[in-house]
Amino acid sequence: MTGAEAAPLLSLNNIEVLYDDVILVLRGLSLEVAEGQIAALLGSNGAGKTTTLKATSGLLHVEDGEVSDGTIVFDGEEIQGMDAHRIVERGVFQVLEGRRVFEHLTVRENLLAGAYTRATGRGLEAETHKVYEYFPALAERRGQAAGYLSGGEQQMLALGRALMASPRMMLLDEPSLGLAPMLVESIFGALQRINREEGATILLVEQNARIALSIADYGYIMEGGRVVLEGGAEELRANEDVKEFYLGLGDGGRRSYRDVKHYRRRKRWLS
Amino acid sequence: MDIFLQLTVSGLSTGMIYALAAAGFVVIYKASDVINFAQGDLLLLGTYLIFFSVAQVGLPWSLGVAVTLLLAVAVALAVERLVLRPLVGEPIISMIMVTIGLSSVLRGVTGAIWGPNPRSFDSFLPAGDIVLGPATLSADRVLSIPIALAVLAALGLFFRHTRDGIAMRAIADDQQAALSMGISIPRVFGVAWGLAAVSAALGGIMLAGIVGVSPNVASIGLRVFPAVILGGLDSIAGAVLGGAVIGLLEVYVGFYVGHGLNLVVPYMVLVLVLMVRPYGLFGKEIIERV
Repeated sequence: MTGAEAAPLLSLNNIEVLYDDVILVLRGLSLEVAEGQIAALLGSNGAGKTTTLKATSGLLHVEDGEVSDGTIVFDGEEIQGMDAHRIVERGVFQVLEGRRVFEHLTVRENLLAGAYTRATGRGLEAETHKVYEYFPALAERRGQAAGYLSGGEQQMLALGRALMASPRMMLLDEPSLGLAPMLVESIFGALQRINREEGATILLVEQNARIALSIADYGYIMEGGRVVLEGGAEELRANEDVKEFYLGLGDGGRRSYRDVKHYRRRKRWLS
Repeated sequence: MDIFLQLTVSGLSTGMIYALAAAGFVVIYKASDVINFAQGDLLLLGTYLIFFSVAQVGLPWSLGVAVTLLLAVAVALAVERLVLRPLVGEPIISMIMVTIGLSSVLRGVTGAIWGPNPRSFDSFLPAGDIVLGPATLSADRVLSIPIALAVLAALGLFFRHTRDGIAMRAIADDQQAALSMGISIPRVFGVAWGLAAVSAALGGIMLAGIVGVSPNVASIGLRVFPAVILGGLDSIAGAVLGGAVIGLLEVYVGFYVGHGLNLVVPYMVLVLVLMVRPYGLFGKEIIERV
């Protein structure tokens, strides 16, 4: 399955993002996510992955950024430049990098805040129970201030807040950040379940390319503000360059510093 | 002993009025991190609005209170919309400076409309006395205490249980994360200013009955700061306790120690408490995971 076969739920068409009117971060980036898919967006630090997510969710202008060119289409409607709360109301929910739980609110209050755009009161008990069922650790600590949770529990809470909004599209920014490998496995297991059982389409930004490609249907690789390589997850996993630069599986075994120059040359070719 | 009881009631009733104004202050601080220096002047506005609607227009009390609250909310929403919203995203300090200006404007406008002379009129609270054992207490002061407490309890419940209350606390914790879940910051700031105006105007209405209507009410408004900082900037319970402590201290010191010192003692206690608890008695501590 590729991004082109099914009708895309989200498509970014040639978008440019400017920060402070001068710094061009995205230069003509295009990508598509089909309904029901998990798409991974990979790339090195500073490639523009987070900016891509924030452009989609409408969080750029609080940082003085704006989509200066191109269109972002969600479910047939152009959403670039729209206020963040209108985008959330349409069913696009971003889980920010670094968890960002409301530290002084209890676990339960954090979840209720996640459901802000949903009709008041109605159905929220069912939603909170669903979150507790996905993440039993949260149920035990529902009355505690979220600031005292462990890193893994905070990431679960961040995902739980997203679940509360029952979004059609989840934008996830580095859910594996700072977590032990065991926890990463369980978080990604939950993501897969959310995708299958809740029918949420997912766009996933990750440094951990190995685990991202293990659950994704399709992948994009970004360099310097544009997509330089895309393909089905299988295909990307098998690609020699991806193996070498993102999965750390070069055929030559360990390399010496002499080869770094070679690395840089090939990477430039990639972009 | 009867004197002591009278002093206590008088101190508590003033204290609860401080607490009402302080609670409005807390609401705005919780939602936006803005320290609203005009909070005392909202109290002043409340006293003049009730005077205007009851004594000048001649509305019955119940209607007068409703009109006062509506006008106060309208003023607060206009201020939020026209003066503060354009500053969202600017450094917090610029909003705080604007509230200092707002304080002068409110004082100037009420002075221009109603003049500098004190006015008086009949309170809606019963004017008689309540005899409790050896002490004779004035009924309006006694009654103002449960009224204020009920309003403050309602505000506390609002923060714990309603969608907008939780959204306010979420914004105060992490504005961008709140945005990412679709919380509309303009709406929440509007609700915060509206609530702050209601709570201050209620304080003003009671104050109008108890001490009368005059520009001096603004100086009573200044006592809101020791109350709110003592209790912790972001706690409704703290506002209640802070208001009570400051109100009681004033009357006890004024009676037992001597007049004049009662104006200074609240600030002295404030300094002492802050030395021990820099976040105030109930203030939010910065959570650090270890």
